[in-house]
Amino acid sequence: MNMQTFLGMDYNVWWFLVFGGVISGYAILDGFDLGAGSLHLFLNKEQSRRIAINAIGPIWDGNEVWLVIGGGALFAGFPVAYAAIFSAFYVPFMIFMVGLIFRGVAIEFRSKEPMLWWRKSWDIVYCVASILISLSLGLMLGNVVEGIPLNANREFAGDWLSFFNPFAILVAITTLALFMMHGAIYLTMKTENRLFVKLHLLANNFTIFFVVSFVITTLYTLLYIPHLSDFFRSHPGYFTIPLLMTLSIANIPRQVKKGKYRYAFLSSAATIALLLIMVALEVFPFLLYSPVNPANSITIYNGASSARTIKILLIIALIGTPLVGLYTSFVFWTFKGKVRLDEMSY
Amino acid sequence: MDVEILARIQFAFTIGFHYIYPPLSIGLGLILVIMEGMYLRTGNKIYEQAVRFWIRIFALIFGIGVATGIIMEFEFGTNWATYSKYVGDIFGSALAAEGIFAFALESGFLGILIFGWNRVGPRVHFFSTVMVFFGSLFSAVWIVVANSWQQTPAGFHIVGQGMNARAEITDFWAMVFNPSSVDRLLHVWIAAILAGAFLVLSVNAWYILHKKHLEIARPSFKIALTVALIFSLLQLFTGSRSADGVAKYQPAKLAAMEGHYDSSARADMFLLGYVNKKKEKAVGLSIPGGLSFLVHGHFDAPVRGLRSFRADERPSQVNAVFQFYHIMIIVGMAMIALSIYGSWLWWRKKLFDKKWLLHVFVWGVVLPQIGNQAGWFTAEMGRQPWVVYGLLRTSDALSKTVTANQIIFSLILFTIVYIVLFILFIFLLNRKIQHGPVDHGTKEEIEEGARRDNPMLEH
Repeated sequence: MNMQTFLGMDYNVWWFLVFGGVISGYAILDGFDLGAGSLHLFLNKEQSRRIAINAIGPIWDGNEVWLVIGGGALFAGFPVAYAAIFSAFYVPFMIFMVGLIFRGVAIEFRSKEPMLWWRKSWDIVYCVASILISLSLGLMLGNVVEGIPLNANREFAGDWLSFFNPFAILVAITTLALFMMHGAIYLTMKTENRLFVKLHLLANNFTIFFVVSFVITTLYTLLYIPHLSDFFRSHPGYFTIPLLMTLSIANIPRQVKKGKYRYAFLSSAATIALLLIMVALEVFPFLLYSPVNPANSITIYNGASSARTIKILLIIALIGTPLVGLYTSFVFWTFKGKVRLDEMSY
Repeated sequence: MDVEILARIQFAFTIGFHYIYPPLSIGLGLILVIMEGMYLRTGNKIYEQAVRFWIRIFALIFGIGVATGIIMEFEFGTNWATYSKYVGDIFGSALAAEGIFAFALESGFLGILIFGWNRVGPRVHFFSTVMVFFGSLFSAVWIVVANSWQQTPAGFHIVGQGMNARAEITDFWAMVFNPSSVDRLLHVWIAAILAGAFLVLSVNAWYILHKKHLEIARPSFKIALTVALIFSLLQLFTGSRSADGVAKYQPAKLAAMEGHYDSSARADMFLLGYVNKKKEKAVGLSIPGGLSFLVHGHFDAPVRGLRSFRADERPSQVNAVFQFYHIMIIVGMAMIALSIYGSWLWWRKKLFDKKWLLHVFVWGVVLPQIGNQAGWFTAEMGRQPWVVYGLLRTSDALSKTVTANQIIFSLILFTIVYIVLFILFIFLLNRKIQHGPVDHGTKEEIEEGARRDNPMLEH
């Protein structure tokens, strides 16, 4: 295979970076609105819930686009991995997708009728769907990190019930906790008065929830799946990344206490990115590892599209990413500041 | 039932349901751009109220379109893993481009469209409306390019053998502009615009019949009627170009569309009829030699028939392809007839006098929907047994690891979810229509707008 390189890295590595970047963007952006949804039922008053929904109202749809771009990036650059992952995770993914549908519908439909029972029912749908989505994302991530059995055609060769193993469940809970913390911090930036005070407290509580589940997951990994940290044992220089991540986590309650919610939000965004960088370093160059028969694993080379397609994709990303960045910033800038309800609000 | 038929039913069901919404977004997008442009130019509050009203409906339609569309993107991977590997190198780049260029543009600016009225100025808002419309047009580009490549593959070569064979790009632009891309894209775009126009016509016809919001309903109706007239006539042209393309590149599909079996005979063009599969003959009301004329320019020229294709290389459901194709044409003609008749009455200044016509327009909203679905079924069933024409069979394209039970599980799940979704959609759409375009406190401004001179839209 002829490898073209750019800045010392071949195109497949570059596309892996692009894909990782999109996934991080998705986790950071949809992470806070999924988190806001997951903690929705902790808010009691109808008015509070309405403000919380409108805090994500104009942007959640744009955030979800990152999932579509991520799916497209995987399909385009690494079709073998795309095919294997989605046919393997058939059941969790269907639940994930039904969750996505119901969540979007709940946001859209909730405000359309004034009756309390109507709104309360959609609140429950919205919250449960957000939790299910976060958990299933974490569950799939956990299984990708651990690896799943693949056959010689690089297709899943196991039982889907095995996805519900302790490590994947721990990752799922950690993901949910991370999103809830991230979402609570986001909402503090968008709210005022009593609701704001409540969210400040929730942000603290969810930070504790996250730290506890993260520590348990880490301990479990080090004790029972030690090979997942092989990379960091053999590359001590990269220890800076877990170090940075720990500092970034520690900075969250510090900034929340000081009332600097924007910095707290940036710290939790950095935490998400650093966590995913750690995952990427651990799995690289595998996209889907097959622990039973490692020869069947899918890597960024044997699971990739042709060199020509990857080159086209990189050009598309090069043109498209600044554009997306530009109008995403414009939209966020338009809706900056505290939520103000008007006649077009949800 | 086996995995193949279940997976096909699931795909047809989920794509068919999805395909109600994006065409409406595209068509409504154009109407929003026209209405808001007129508001910016004239400053007439009537258009502002109309735009605000249709944006609320647009948001509802767009929301369901996004939710059901995400399912489609991942369904390739869940149910059609072999297909995904086969076409990933080609299809993937189109899909990635759709995500990054079209979908992000649309969703990003939609927030401003719906919630930005008090946050940005009217020009920036208009710009956002135009961007949302462009975004929806672009998203149709990539998905139709990908589908057209499956109909008429170009710009690729095959690498590997057996189960590991896959198509790789050799020429990106030849792939994008494959022989059927442009014709099919124009056909899809125009069909989408008609879907939007007939929705606006339907709602406003209902208002006029019930003597509600007349100041807004009449000019809106006329805008939509103009759009419907222009685009239903243009559709004749793109439809005939598409048929030429099918004749040239997919002769088995063409033969199935007209139920033509005998290669040595002239081919008729049917208006109505059915295919008798046992006798291998289509019967019904037809123009003798019409298809021969379409393909070769002579009424007596023979056209290649289904019998000349091996049984496993031609569509098995010939009658279904035949019926869907003719339903599409009948519906298209009905839209042209309605638009021309309505425009003629408008010219005679009698547009809103004929109550029966307004009733027809109220129900006319289903015409483009039927046409869109029938058109896609013709295109997709007519391509069978191939998923990539001449290269990859549908039966080979499945996910090898997914079992029939898993598909039944998800099919039941989707059926329930989509039925609930559809009921809620109709319920909310109805509520929004009943509420109408007039916001509180703006009635005087509307009446003021209605009094102002507006020669183009004068009754």
